[in-house]
Amino acid sequence: MGRIKVPRKSTSIDMTAMCDVSFLLLTFFILTATARQPDPLSIVTPSSTVQFKVPDKDLSILSIGKGKVFMEIIGQDVKRLTLQKMANLYGTSFTEDEAKRFSVMPAFGVPFNQLKNYINANADQRTNMEKQFNGIPTDSTRNGELYRWVEQSRRATAELHNTEMRISIKGDASEQYPTVRKIVDVLQRQSLNKFSLITSAEAGQ
Amino acid sequence: MAELDSSGGGGKKGGKVRSKKQSTRVDLTAMVDLAFLLITFFMLTTSLSKPLAMDIAKPDKDERNLDNKLEVKQSQTMTILLGKDNKIMWYMGEPGKSQPTIEGFGDIRKSLLDNKAKVKAATGKDIMVIVRPTDGATYKNFVDIMDELSITKTNLTAPAVDDDPKNLLDIEKQLMKEKGIL
Repeated sequence: MGRIKVPRKSTSIDMTAMCDVSFLLLTFFILTATARQPDPLSIVTPSSTVQFKVPDKDLSILSIGKGKVFMEIIGQDVKRLTLQKMANLYGTSFTEDEAKRFSVMPAFGVPFNQLKNYINANADQRTNMEKQFNGIPTDSTRNGELYRWVEQSRRATAELHNTEMRISIKGDASEQYPTVRKIVDVLQRQSLNKFSLITSAEAGQ
Repeated sequence: MAELDSSGGGGKKGGKVRSKKQSTRVDLTAMVDLAFLLITFFMLTTSLSKPLAMDIAKPDKDERNLDNKLEVKQSQTMTILLGKDNKIMWYMGEPGKSQPTIEGFGDIRKSLLDNKAKVKAATGKDIMVIVRPTDGATYKNFVDIMDELSITKTNLTAPAVDDDPKNLLDIEKQLMKEKGIL
């Protein structure tokens, strides 16, 4: 008798497409996760129970560690305008290329007269310069560089986005209080009485 | 592994031994498993590692408008001094008149709640806490004490942080030196 045999299909599924998609996603997540360069000051933030997340725009972060201060301005447009304003103030200028390099740079921490070299340096040289110099000078006069940076970045934010820039202080847990006080004094000298401290979430919460 | 053999036995009749043709298919299951595991990991870490911001408002330092200073009764104030070695000294009211207490950060929450209740019962007003970090304190101590204040819901409207070393009274210095935490 001619029984028709039903051809048995293989149960294996073609995984190629799935594999492609998943690796694409994986690549995306890996790249976005490591886009933030490691902090030059290796800061361990203290923990707290607050629930408010740090906003991701119109913000400047002052990192304090080992007695040095680094500044990070969030937003490429704001960073670029701040640099331009600072250059005007100190009577120097930066080329278009330098401004571009600066706008994609993470936190920086060198005196202003070294900034040009710092921008043009490669990663290794930058690390050396960060070790060599004592961060952004914080002398609390009106002409202090940190004062100027904060002032000019606030102006730049106000011009570009019409909002008040937020200032966050990211301090190392073991940092002595006088360093923090110096920074807070600089902020208060320009009537910046509200700022936030960056903390990590309390363990076990 | 994930592929069932559906060729249906047989094929043993021929006398010649033929080398079996290997399938060119690679089993991707394990690879996909691994990829998804990593995706999950990166997704979770990127969204969870966002730091938290603790808002701090400090009293205006501007000397031009001195008239907006708030006078507080001594009886409703509690002064917390942050010393070195993670130690806290606190006292109620005027310095020197009441016995200061030296504590670690583990006990300060209870003291805060106790004093808050006491002041409320005695004066009917809310307690005012003044925090004075001294030079020996670390940044962590400062964050911790501000966190304790917000946990105990003390001083929510006006956190008085007075970190000017010039404002540290002589008697406070002396007391802290005696206890060895300055």
